[in-house]
Amino acid sequence: VCTTSLLSKEEKITVNYINRDGTKMPVKAVVGDSLLDVAIDNDLDIEGYGACEGTLACSTCHLIFEEKQFDSLPGASDEEMDMLDLAWGVTDTSRLGCQITVTKDMDGMTVTVPESVADARDV
Amino acid sequence: LGFHLQRLYSSQQQFRVCVVGSGPAGFYTAQSLVKNNKNITVDILEKLPVPFGLVRYGVAPDHPEVKNVINQFTALAQGGRCQFFGNIDIGNDVTVSELLDMYSAVVLSYGAASDKKLNIPGENLKGVYSARNFVGWYNGLPQDMELNPNLDTETAMVIGQGNVALDVARILLTPIEILKKTDISYHAQEALSRSKVKRVYLVGRRGPLQVSFTIKELREMVKLPGTRPLLQTADFKGLDKVIPGLPRGKKRLIELLYKTANEEPRNADRIETTNREWGLKFLRSPLEIIADKSGGCVAGVRFAINHIQEKGGQEIALPSGEEEFIKCGIVLKSIGYKSVQLDPIIPFDTAQGVIKNDKGRVDKVRGLYCSGWVKRGPVGVILSSLNDSIETAKTIITDIEDGTLSEKTSETSLLDLLTSRGVKTVTFEDWLNIDREERLRGQSRDKPREKISDINEMLDVAFKDKKDT
Ligand SMILES: Cc1cc2nc3c(=O)[nH]c(=O)nc-3n(C[C@H](O)[C@H](O)[C@H](O)COP(=O)(O)OP(=O)(O)OC[C@H]3O[C@@H](n4cnc5c(N)ncnc54)[C@H](O)[C@@H]3O)c2cc1C
Ligand code: FES
Repeated sequence: VCTTSLLSKEEKITVNYINRDGTKMPVKAVVGDSLLDVAIDNDLDIEGYGACEGTLACSTCHLIFEEKQFDSLPGASDEEMDMLDLAWGVTDTSRLGCQITVTKDMDGMTVTVPESVADARDV
Repeated sequence: LGFHLQRLYSSQQQFRVCVVGSGPAGFYTAQSLVKNNKNITVDILEKLPVPFGLVRYGVAPDHPEVKNVINQFTALAQGGRCQFFGNIDIGNDVTVSELLDMYSAVVLSYGAASDKKLNIPGENLKGVYSARNFVGWYNGLPQDMELNPNLDTETAMVIGQGNVALDVARILLTPIEILKKTDISYHAQEALSRSKVKRVYLVGRRGPLQVSFTIKELREMVKLPGTRPLLQTADFKGLDKVIPGLPRGKKRLIELLYKTANEEPRNADRIETTNREWGLKFLRSPLEIIADKSGGCVAGVRFAINHIQEKGGQEIALPSGEEEFIKCGIVLKSIGYKSVQLDPIIPFDTAQGVIKNDKGRVDKVRGLYCSGWVKRGPVGVILSSLNDSIETAKTIITDIEDGTLSEKTSETSLLDLLTSRGVKTVTFEDWLNIDREERLRGQSRDKPREKISDINEMLDVAFKDKKDT
């Protein structure tokens, strides 16, 4: 349960998720929530998203950021990097959604759920 | 019930899909099917009375976070369009052909039920186990309850350097105070609390660059309380030069290995506060498992020492002619799982151990599909099963949309058939009885769960409401 959403003066911004099939899904995000919380609270239809429920054990919450936004994110922990090493279609601007906290400056940003099926065979 | 009525009276075309196996591949395929086509309903059939495959019986007890995915699967099984039926052995209780008659499509997601052999002398000695059975033993898999592994020895030898090998090593070395707070099976917990094992070697045919475990698991080993890494600096010599050029995943892994191996100075502190150790042995292929004087139990393993040679752009391990004998009292073979051909009508690639398929569509059998380890081979994490299940579901939906698959309406035929054959199917509601009972039993031991590991007992608990009425 996230306490931020109980506050009356909660701040909301807009975040655009681009789903695997390319669909753009603009949603309201509460400042202070994680990008995993945001996807769940908005019932985003991303298959398998957040399998380990934000415990850094799955990498299904993998998101690709725009470069400018990526550069302004706080650095990743070793444990996040470890899981990212396992993620599919990982890029230089990849992060795990469950580890990223929504901040005001993210208003209007776009994050992309990587299309992963194509390379499912070269394990 | 309301949902079923609605389905019966609706004029919409209905496609009933049957999934064989309730591991991640089975559930993810079902999830992707119901999500992406509203005319599909799915029945997931499972051999055991309980769902979730290797999430329940493979994933290590000290990794409860990994098992959170069960919550997504549970939501699906309770969502109305996907039903679970356990305790049905496909191939024995009902054949794949029979299923193909009753369903628009049948998806084989039955995983990898067998394992690879070393094929060396001594493999059948007492004290030699497949990691698969050892994992089953500590995870409460009914068929592995009687394993009774020999832990009355100081040195354990794990053959293999993958994640399962690391899991097994970690379980052998983790302080019992930590393990007993997990859902590890009580008999294993008891046995491990008396274990004398204090040194575990993980042996690989090739070098450090070829290890197949992942960095998360390695980091856990490096940080394991009371345990120190035992790595030979010489094994990693020169790797620092290679590291910058490695692909992302490998790079950080090798960096961590290199750093750990060169850490100063296996420092005295650490040696004093630790009484257990683990080590990686490279370039060793087992030649023979040697028996002790009595002739019945393991005394050690004789290895060929390899050197790496380039051949056609590939690095292969060749015997150098030298040998080494390493003493140990238990050998755990962790050299890979293998799928089996469950039914003669399944086109099976015995060499690769996978079902012959293209994007999940099984060769030459209309209506038959596959996903997960049986499709791809037994490698990869749960996430890999998500990806290839999405692919298989897409293939099925394409075949529905272009008219390749026909509508099937008979709702009850499978259950009737099974009842007539004396098979008692376990529904998801029945499983929840087992689930509740296991949590309850866990509570009294201060654990999240104590698994029931006897099939008859599972069934008794599952059907308890039905018996009362
Ligand atoms: C020891 C171990 C530890 C692991 N740990 C992790 C981890 O920490 N994190 C991670 O991401 N991945 C882990 N994995 C990998 C993960 O478990 C697999 O990637 C995944 O389970 C494969 O899914 P699957 O559905 O193909 O097979 P399975 O999970 O094996 O499911 C197959 C199902 O089919 C059933 N079945 C078999 N035969 C029949 C039959 N005749 N009729 C009906 N049903 C049948 C089986 O009972 C089983 O339930 C681990 C694997 C192992 C072996
Ligand atoms: S939700 Fe599993 S790592 Fe983020």
